[in-house]
Amino acid sequence: MNLARRTLIGIPYLWLLLLFLVPFGIILKISLSDVTLAIPPYTPTLDLTEGWSGIRAFLRGLDWENYVFLTEDDLYWKAYLSSLKIALISTFFTLCVGYPIAYGMARAAPEWRPTLMMLVILPFWTSFLIRVYAWIGILSSEGYLNQFLQWIGLISEPLQIMNTPTAVYIGIVYTYLPFMILPIYATLDRMDESLLEAAEDLGCSRLSAFWMVTFPLSRSGIIAGCFLVFIPAIGEFVIPSLLGGSSTLMIGKVLWEEFFSNRDWPVASAVAIILLLILVIPIILFQKNQEKEQEADA
Amino acid sequence: MKPAVKPAAVFAPWEDENETPLIRFDGVTKRFGDFTAIDNVDLSIHRKEFYALLGPSGCGKTTLMRMLAGFEAPSEGTITIGGQDMKGIPPNRREVNMMFQSYALFPHLSVWDNIAFGLRRSDMPKDQIGERVKEMLRLTRLEQFARRKPHQISGGQRQRVALARALAKAPKLLLLDEPLGALDAKLRQDTQFELMDIQEKTETTFVIVTHDQEEAMTVASRVAVMDNGKVIQVDTPPRIYENPKSVYVADFIGDVNLIEGRATLKDAGLASLTWAEGAPEIIATAGEGLVNGAKATFAVRPEKVAISAERPDDRNNVVHGRIHDIAYLGNLSTYHVEIAGGQIIKAQTANNRRLSRRSFTWEDEVWLSWTDTAGLVLAG
Repeated sequence: MNLARRTLIGIPYLWLLLLFLVPFGIILKISLSDVTLAIPPYTPTLDLTEGWSGIRAFLRGLDWENYVFLTEDDLYWKAYLSSLKIALISTFFTLCVGYPIAYGMARAAPEWRPTLMMLVILPFWTSFLIRVYAWIGILSSEGYLNQFLQWIGLISEPLQIMNTPTAVYIGIVYTYLPFMILPIYATLDRMDESLLEAAEDLGCSRLSAFWMVTFPLSRSGIIAGCFLVFIPAIGEFVIPSLLGGSSTLMIGKVLWEEFFSNRDWPVASAVAIILLLILVIPIILFQKNQEKEQEADA
Repeated sequence: MKPAVKPAAVFAPWEDENETPLIRFDGVTKRFGDFTAIDNVDLSIHRKEFYALLGPSGCGKTTLMRMLAGFEAPSEGTITIGGQDMKGIPPNRREVNMMFQSYALFPHLSVWDNIAFGLRRSDMPKDQIGERVKEMLRLTRLEQFARRKPHQISGGQRQRVALARALAKAPKLLLLDEPLGALDAKLRQDTQFELMDIQEKTETTFVIVTHDQEEAMTVASRVAVMDNGKVIQVDTPPRIYENPKSVYVADFIGDVNLIEGRATLKDAGLASLTWAEGAPEIIATAGEGLVNGAKATFAVRPEKVAISAERPDDRNNVVHGRIHDIAYLGNLSTYHVEIAGGQIIKAQTANNRRLSRRSFTWEDEVWLSWTDTAGLVLAG
């Protein structure tokens, strides 16, 4: 009994150990190493045949100089800041687009809700990469959007949207929209509608009833949705590199270039570790929010 | 089942021709698609009344109340409150507040903020809001829970918060939708009396929707019995109980014995009922609209039927039977007596003394009797 229980609890921990803690240890170790022209492209490597002195030599070879380097070159902190800014702005826009959709879904006739839910999830059935490529076809100078706007006579010259931060915002909002809609929909869906009637009965107009009752009651869904968008958006790589061109600076792209163009694994690892440390704060806040919501439910 | 007795100074504005009612329904009909929820209803409710809408679920009582609150608009007819036609006036512009069946307390706000919610939406100056909330908390004995959230208090306390919140704006009219439905029996009884106290103190007009006839009888000054979207009878609780105008009302309120037959009108407001071959006629008060020789139903309450071992000589209505079942309720005993023709008549006696030995038991031969005025012969 006790053993079975421990095994059951042990499985997720084992999972975390193998797929998170061990890779994290490896990355941390690489970030403390020096770059070299070899395979693997860093030094030192642990040689256990040398015994105790081998381990000591290995530990002596590790240092913090990659982290020091990150502070010296302003490319990195600018990339972090730029990523934070892009993630924040696109989270805000995702909220602005997602909330009305979630609200509309929750207010729709019950027989329509599964269909609407399906429509929100449906894009996941196509490859993410293809969907981002599709946006190139829409946003580029010769793309559908410019063709359409020129056809209706709104503009005479094509708009430059591709390879600008705007394209990145559009891409992130589009990609992460379901992560915003679903938690907000979940909170709105279980809200008792008589609360709105009570608010109206006590003197609220429809609009003020929304701000006084609906909005505060969907707060936990809003917070959850924002974190679910914000956290992956910071490290986003595919969207800025395909839609943002060279003009958008994001830490995911910098990381990719360090690894694959420069083959500087130690610096790239250090970039990754710092990114993780930055993400720990919103992740903890997200967990707090989830716990609070569970308490409120219980 | 005892009807509530009102204090000596009789409150009966509905009997005064000069009183104008606070609320009037004139030919109000409400349809939802093909379904007629309210069918040509006329009602008048007076100031300071505690008015109960009573009926089985689906009879339209909740729809009637929601039309008063402004959540539904009548398909036909007019509703006036204080002389003003309510057509097109949204809930937030009506001096009407509602206590919801689910209470609908705002879960993100404390008890204090829930009660202050309506006041903050009104033009009441800020410094008076605090006073008013305190007054409401005192009235509903909730002072020590002001800072709690709704999920941190008990069901009975939540019910009082909902009441305080609805009363805070001192509405002309307070609507209560099954206000005690979620409480257990004991608490419900206490709360009924509390509601009456609060209604008297605040002098607000209360309209309560309930399917519980005992609750309606206890709290209300008048009861409107509804069925299938129609108001069947409006009367004070004692009159509803003692003078039901139809078999439906007699059957719906309290316990009743019903015997079908043919009526013959007699002198002094009496009528006789022929109900079975060879059985003596039943003499009782004639109900309204009774037609000579037409089908009729005799209705008598079980507590008005006496049970005895010997044939009584002083009563006109006497039948012989055999005890089929006994329901011992502690304070009362109900005897189910099978009379000739297989009909069951219920007779109820108060257990005034402690029983050491039952006076009657199963299969005993007994005599049932009642006076001429104990029952009613109703048309239909």
